Amino acid sequence: MMTTPATMLADKKPVLAVEDLEIRIRGEHGSFSVVADMSLAVAAGETLCIVGESGCGKSMTALALLRLLPEAAEIAGGRVEINGRDVLKLGAHEVEDLRGEEIAMIFQEPLTALNPVMTIGLQIAEAVRQHRKVSASAAMAQAVETLKLVQMPDPERRARQYPHELSGGMRQRAMIALALACDPKIIVADEPTTALDVTIQAQILGLIADLQKRLGSAQILITHDLGVVAEVADRVIVMYAGRKVEEASVYDLFDHPIHPYTKGLMGAIPRGRASERLADIPGTVPPMWDLPKGCAFAPRCPGASARCLEERPLFEEKRPGHFAACWEHDDV
Amino acid sequence: MIAYLIRRLLLFIPMAMGMVVVTFGLLLIIPGDPASVLLGQEASPEAIERLRDSLGLNDPWYVRLWDYFASLLSGDLGTSIFQNQPVATIILGRLGATIELAIAALVIATVLGLAMGVVSAMRQGSIIDTITMIFAQLGVSMPVYWLSLLLMLAFAVQLGWLPAIGRGMPLPEAFWAAITGRPQALIESLSHLLLPALALSATPAAIISRLTRTSMLEMLREDFVRTAYAKGLRRPRVIIRHVLRNALLPVLSVIGLRFGMLLGGAVLTESIFAWPGLGQLTITAISQRDLPLIQGIVLTFALIFALVNLLVDLLYAAVDPRVRLG
Repeated sequence: MMTTPATMLADKKPVLAVEDLEIRIRGEHGSFSVVADMSLAVAAGETLCIVGESGCGKSMTALALLRLLPEAAEIAGGRVEINGRDVLKLGAHEVEDLRGEEIAMIFQEPLTALNPVMTIGLQIAEAVRQHRKVSASAAMAQAVETLKLVQMPDPERRARQYPHELSGGMRQRAMIALALACDPKIIVADEPTTALDVTIQAQILGLIADLQKRLGSAQILITHDLGVVAEVADRVIVMYAGRKVEEASVYDLFDHPIHPYTKGLMGAIPRGRASERLADIPGTVPPMWDLPKGCAFAPRCPGASARCLEERPLFEEKRPGHFAACWEHDDV
Repeated sequence: MIAYLIRRLLLFIPMAMGMVVVTFGLLLIIPGDPASVLLGQEASPEAIERLRDSLGLNDPWYVRLWDYFASLLSGDLGTSIFQNQPVATIILGRLGATIELAIAALVIATVLGLAMGVVSAMRQGSIIDTITMIFAQLGVSMPVYWLSLLLMLAFAVQLGWLPAIGRGMPLPEAFWAAITGRPQALIESLSHLLLPALALSATPAAIISRLTRTSMLEMLREDFVRTAYAKGLRRPRVIIRHVLRNALLPVLSVIGLRFGMLLGGAVLTESIFAWPGLGQLTITAISQRDLPLIQGIVLTFALIFALVNLLVDLLYAAVDPRVRLG
């Protein structure tokens, strides 16, 4: 049995636990790791947000949980446990049985993530029939029920329509229904609102949060938007260049951010004051195949010391339940 | 879907009229005088002139075009100058053989092309992939008349397995004969059909296999394929229901286009295998400057081509819901 990370509340057993996950990519720059030392745990009823810029490895981590990594990427080490079973050791069919049933994924761009030549209803019913021994009509009825659950207007009619016939918001509702069809215990949502209009974003986020409360599932939400995090997260992991740089409960993170990168991200949230200038983080993310020797953030960090450039900081508990990887942080 | 069907059918009318005008125009500009061919080299200029008059060749072009249109509407394609029979009758007598050959070739090409394309896409970079694509390259680059002769040489002359030339009983009749207890007729028909159909299918099979492969590889990278896997679907189901179904859309329109090109290829194949179809008739008609007959054949080819494309468009709309809106 895997040890519970210290950030987990002691009374909750994790449904999903990841330990020291490493993902490598084989490419023109040789083989290099895009995610390293990634550990996380989520319990039922809990929402964990993973935040970071694009390319920081958050989507790769999400795909690895379902073993859906693209061909060029591979899991080089670590464990992914779902209800105590190591997903990385399962056979192909066992993983397929897990997908959709135990762990489901909501993808970013619902237009391309849905099959253009299949009706919404059929796409959901197909998932139902994969995991339950039911007739086609019963699966279709289940699909319509799930569409009702995600508050799809006129679900019977929408079930007979194709993705291109729905609006962006409705498509994302359909995508969510697809993920929920078999009542999975873990839901991984990869930037579920990025492709949507701002007004629709709030609706969809509200829906996701509401559904999670009602269904009591464990949820991992991947985003680059700290506004989203503040709205739905229980706990937050901040990633930079393939590694965790900070992990805390959402209150601790917003009240006392430790890592300079987290602080930088918070400075970049617009607060709606007209005169305000948004702070930005100078520089860019270093390429993953050519990371600096010390802290990956050091070249962009305002407070970097000589040690930061030489030695990679340890990911340590700086305050009770609040972890960060930074040499220069003085404990309060 | 019904509105789409009606719109497409209505579009067919101006298209058909355009085809008639173009066919007619082509014959105005090709050299050669049917009257002088008909009467031979010894004929006097007066006799030729008289014949031209009686054939209506001296009328201005618009009068002839109008006459042509008017008679077409009553189903009259004119009379062959040499065979002294209505063009429509001659063409109808040959049409079945050509359609039989073209459909047989298309079926072979589709089955072969799809199988090769799917297999090489699923095993991209493997030896099977390489071998398949070499075959495809050969298929595209081999001229149909050369392949026809090779096949004939190998299977008819050397091995003696199949007849070299000619046609058996028309297939529908042969099927009926087989049902009523004479299977020989069917075997005879099929053995005659096999070589020309195979020769004719090489190019389209190659093109279909390459397109299927490319299209499959493209679809395999699509987001919805990942979604299908994320639902827990097994690989064969993902490939057939999600990848193949979407990959076939571009292939479908190419199959339709290819059918038209098959008719062109049939002209050569039919002459080589002495297949009594429209292609053979075309060559005779051209060498005899039999204008009404050429006109009739070209128009028939054009109509078949347009009809097949219409059919493909309708099929496409049936398979791809996005088309019906446009």
